[in-house]
This record gives sequence, C-alpha cells and structure tokens, in this order.
Amino acid sequence: MTNSDAKRSDGLALEVSNLVKKYGEFTALKGISFGMKEGEVFGLIGPNGAGKTTALRIISTILRITSGSVRMFGIDVGREPHEARKILSYLPEDAGAYKNLTGNEYLEFIARFFSDDTEDVRKITSKGVAIASLGDRMNDKVDTYSKGMARRLLVARALMIEPRVAILDELTSGLDVMNAQEIRRIVKDTSKRGTTVLLSSHNMLEVELMCDRIALINDGLIVEMGTPMELKERHNAGNVEEVFTRVIR
Amino acid sequence: MNSTMNILRKEIREMLTKSTILPVVLLALLFGGMGSMIGGVEEQVSRPPIVGVINNDGDGLSLLAETTISERAEVVYDGSSVEEGITAVDDAGGVALLQIPDDFTESIYNDEPGTIRIFWIMEGTGLLDSVPSSAVENVLWYVNRDISVQLIEMNSTANASFALNPTARDETTILGDREMDGISPGTIASLLSPQSLMMPIVIMMLIMAAGGTVISSMGMEKENKTLETLLTLPVKRGSIVTGKLAASAVVGLLMAAIYMVGMSYYMGSLGTSSDLDLAQFDLTLSAIDYAIVGASLFITLLAALALCMVLGTFAKNYKSAQTLTMPIVIMAMVPMFLLMFKDFGTLPLPAQLLVFAIPFSHPMMAMRGLMFDDYALVVGGLLYVSAFAIAMMAVTIWIFKTDRLLTGRIGKKVEGRRMGRFPILEFLLGHRRDS
Ligand SMILES: Nc1ncnc2c1ncn2[C@@H]1O[C@H](COP(=O)(O)OP(=O)(O)O)[C@@H](O)[C@H]1O
Ligand SMILES: [Mg+2]
Repeated sequence: MTNSDAKRSDGLALEVSNLVKKYGEFTALKGISFGMKEGEVFGLIGPNGAGKTTALRIISTILRITSGSVRMFGIDVGREPHEARKILSYLPEDAGAYKNLTGNEYLEFIARFFSDDTEDVRKITSKGVAIASLGDRMNDKVDTYSKGMARRLLVARALMIEPRVAILDELTSGLDVMNAQEIRRIVKDTSKRGTTVLLSSHNMLEVELMCDRIALINDGLIVEMGTPMELKERHNAGNVEEVFTRVIR
Repeated sequence: MNSTMNILRKEIREMLTKSTILPVVLLALLFGGMGSMIGGVEEQVSRPPIVGVINNDGDGLSLLAETTISERAEVVYDGSSVEEGITAVDDAGGVALLQIPDDFTESIYNDEPGTIRIFWIMEGTGLLDSVPSSAVENVLWYVNRDISVQLIEMNSTANASFALNPTARDETTILGDREMDGISPGTIASLLSPQSLMMPIVIMMLIMAAGGTVISSMGMEKENKTLETLLTLPVKRGSIVTGKLAASAVVGLLMAAIYMVGMSYYMGSLGTSSDLDLAQFDLTLSAIDYAIVGASLFITLLAALALCMVLGTFAKNYKSAQTLTMPIVIMAMVPMFLLMFKDFGTLPLPAQLLVFAIPFSHPMMAMRGLMFDDYALVVGGLLYVSAFAIAMMAVTIWIFKTDRLLTGRIGKKVEGRRMGRFPILEFLLGHRRDS
C-alpha cells in the first residue's frame, strides 16, 4: 500500500460511515458507522433481521449504498467496486458451490479469477485444499458433501486467496460443535497472518471467543461497540449475551 | 380411498395455479388471434376468384369458355392486352389472367387440344398463399367440362378421350418481378415447403433450447446460492454476461444440430419425387445469401439469449426459470405459425408489425426473402435484430450492476405492492411475494 492510500484510509482497513440502506420503503440500515484496523477481527452481532447481512453485502459490493460510504483500504467501495473485489473475500451466510464440480474443481474455478498464471492458480488451489482438509473427498462432487464439509470448502474458497479483508456472514451457523470449532480455528489462523476479518453472528459466545472488537446491531442501528471486555465491564455483565439483553431493554 | 381423495385434492390445488393456467390461456388467446389474422382464407375460397380474360378467338367454343368463366369467376378485365390485363387483375387483388388464343375453337374441332394461356399472379409462397389459385383451377375444370359436354352433344369427334379432355394449359407464374414459365403457384408452394416448414421449426427449437439453458442457468445460480459469491469475485459484469451467453449459444447450436440431423433424416424419408427443381426457376441461394442467413441466425440467437438473460434475472430458482421460458416460447411460436402459412408480404399490417418486432422472425424469413431478392426486408431485419441484441445485453449488464439480482426488485417501480395490481406482469416477471 502506498503512502497516499494510507492517508486516504486514515490507516483503517475498513471505514463505514453513516451507512443507510433502503429496500423500497423499508429502511434496513439506519446509518451505521464503524472502523476496523488492519489485522483486526471485528464482529457484528444482533438478532435475526437486525441488518447484519445487509451491511456485509454492501461492504462486499453486491448491494448498492442508499447513502453514506464504505472505504476499504482507501478504495471507495460504492464507486470502485471492481477494485474492492480484488482485495476482499465474501462468504455469504447460506452460500453454495456448483454442484457438478468436485471440491478441487471448484477451488480451481475460483482461483482462476485471481490469476492468469497456471502456477499461481495451482498455488492458490493447493492452499485451499489445505484449508478445507477434506482429504480424498476433494475429488468427489460437491453434491455429495455434508453441510459441514460444504461449509469448510466455502471457507477455504474465501480464505485461500489471502484476501486483505475477509467478510464472513454467519460463519458457523447450522454446523455441529466440532465443525464450528475447526472453522473458527481456520479463521483465527488466517487473521494471525494479517487478514482483516469482519464477521457476523447471532451466536454471542462465538463472537466473544473470536473477536477483538464487536458491535451490537439492532433494528438497523449500532447500539453498542467495544472490546468484549469493555462491554462486559460497562454493563456489569458476565458475558456478551447479558450485555446484549441489557442494551436492548 | 379417502386418503387418495385427499392427495388428489391437494395435487390438483398445487397444479392448477395462476402460473400454470395463465400460459395456457395466453396461448389459447394467441391462436385465436392468429386465426383471425390468417383468416379470410375461407372467405377467399368460397368467393368466386378474381380473374381477367383475353379472348383472341372471339368465336365458337371460346365464347362458351368465356361464359363459363364469367359465371364462376369475377371478371375484372376483358380486353386484348396481356400487360393491361395483368395490371388490372393485380390491382383488383385477383389471381390470374386467362388468355384464349385465336386458334382455340379451330384446334379443338381438329381434335387438337385448345390451349388456354394462364398468367398466375402470386403474392407469396406460404402454404395458404396458393389457396386462391386453386379456386381458378376449379373454374378451369368447369371450362373443360362444359366444352366437353358441348363436343359430345354435337357429336363432333370420334375420339372419346379427347372429347373428355379438349383443353390444355400453358402457364406462367408471376411472383414479384419474376416470371416463371411452366409452373403453377401450387407447385411453387410445395417446392418451397421444406424451407417454409423447416426453417421456422428449427429456429423455434433452437431458441427454446438455448434460451431455456440461459434462464435455468440463472435460476440454478440462485437456487444453489452461488450467485452472491460470483458477484463478489473480481470479474467484470460484462464478462459474466458474455460467458453465460456464449456457453448457451454453444449448447443451443449443438442441440439444434442434433435436432436438424434427425429432422433431415425425417424429411429425407418423406422424399420429394418432383421432377422440377428450384434451380430451374432461379430460386436458389448464392454463397453470400447463405452467409446472410447464417449471420441472421447467429445474431438472432444472441438476441434471444440476451433477452432470456434479462428474463433469467427474474428467476428465483429452477422451477420459476421453467415458467419464465414461456414468453420466449410464445414469441417464437407466433412467427413460426404465421410464416408457415403466409409470406411476410401477404400478412395483414398488424401481423406484419408483430412479426417484424419479434426478433426470432427474421431468420425464419431470411431464406425466402433472399430467394425472391427482398434484400430490404432481410437486411433491415438484420439491423433491427442486432440493435435488439445490443439493447438486451446492455439491459442485462445494467441489471447485474443493480441490486436486482439479489433483492428481486428494480428501483421503486416494480415493488411488490404495485405489482400485485398487475398479476400478468407479476407472472411474467416470476415475482414471488414471499421474497
Ligand atoms: N431484499 C430485501 N427486500 C426487502 N427487505 C429485505 C431484503 N433483504 C432483507 N430485508 C429486510 O432487511 C432487514 C435486515 O435483514 P438482514 O440484513 O438479512 O438481517 P440479518 O442478517 O441481521 O438477519 C430485515 O427486516 C429483512 O426483512
Ligand atoms: Mg443474516
């Protein structure tokens, strides 16, 4: 990153300012703002329908901004979505893979969007294979995967390109404890290697385990923000779930 | 039994929904409408045909022939000039100018057939375009019969087979600015029928096959939840659209090729046992003509695919994608049926506008258009279809850049509540309230 880029982004990996999103008449985001430092793991938590997915989709360039702005390493996401797409990776909450491809073929298909060089593609793909750690099953069609296996493949897809920003929606929802733990470990490792991670969850425990900082979102507004420790102290609560119920009430 | 009834009731309720009934109703209305467009044929058959007569003989049997003609046909010209006669008949919307030569009576009395010279005026080459000429054939049959009766009554010949068949014909068909000797409109229509029938069917099949592929590819992306991921990858929206279109074009062409091989075997097995061939009448295509037909086909395929892509963006899943192919099928069927039966030139104006506006019509018409040197229609159509294809591509790319694909709405105009007032629109757009 050049100096001027750094200045433009004030050293922030992600800067969301006054973000508003309307679906027709309905306002799903009512002006949310937050910033993330490079390498940070940041969690958006809130009940179903709070606006988490909406926020993540906008940051991932696939929904248009009604008003406000999103900057990612100095790139204006609303104006230059194509530039942002080169450095971000988005994992939708209920994503799928192309059913007729094998796990290997799917990773290779995605890798080709990031490099024209065969050697690069091979490197990216093998990184994905390592992350997914599905063994021989990588040669089977995605169609035959269990939910946990499919999610691992998709997490591998999102992280193998070593994105500067990883945006992960409902990272482990619907997975059993073992699969969920494994996926959390993978994401943690990635963030240690410098990737900035923005994730959403309605699982307060997961967020407390993984995130450096969290924002509580309810009904399209951020109602509280800080490190898990700060929040617990501020509201005199034993865990984040308690914080949440107190703030909402 | 009770549970069977229970299942039966539930199944019927599920099958008879707005989106299953509406297409059928639309199709029914459509065929009704098309019927009235190509209608009037029945009327043409039951009404006496419009002809002109030139009697160079003016004596004996020629007068009998003329009487028969004027009893069974509406004679709009009775004079001595072929040119004037043809113009008069053409202006009156007639079918033929009948010329009785000066040796007509004399020949017949000498046991030589009296030859009636027929100038056919043909408007088009569709299956129904030769119907009026058959009414004239009918009149000529009566002429022959009446002369035959006369000969037998007068006992003027000993040759029985000649007495039954005292007339012959010498015909020329005028189609546009082309004059073809020795062939009747009916024969021309049947010589051209492989083209008239094959092209529209093949094109409809091609469009349905390739268009269905595009629409379901979009439906599958949504059903399998792969679209969101695809949209966040660093790939230009134009590349996504072009890639999908190109893939469907390849698949569509492959399907059409397989289909055409089967079809040509089928047509081959029917066999055309005609001694005449089209080259004799200069009704063949040059290499350039074939290139134009190919270009027309290819650009139309692109236009169809781009249109399907727009429709595909409305698909929520594989099932709704199936429903969305309906407008395409209808759009391809209208020109297919109209152009099988009539030439573009002989359709009524509203039908012409409709056929021209539907891009799929143009390759269906291209072959016949080129055969009869109607370059204006063919090239104009080619330009129109190109513009249509470009516009549809632009719309698709624009949709890809909006929220439409993920949220199921474009701007504010097509929101749920408003659409509710237009159930047809809602159906066409595959809109679901529960989105
Ligand atoms: N395409 C859409 N059209 C209309 N409303 C939507 C659409 N997507 C989401 N919403 C609404 O926006 C709100 C926020 O949704 P979402 O961002 O999915 O919440 P979360 O991910 O926190 O559960 C919800 O009330 C939801 O019903
Ligand atoms: Mg969500």
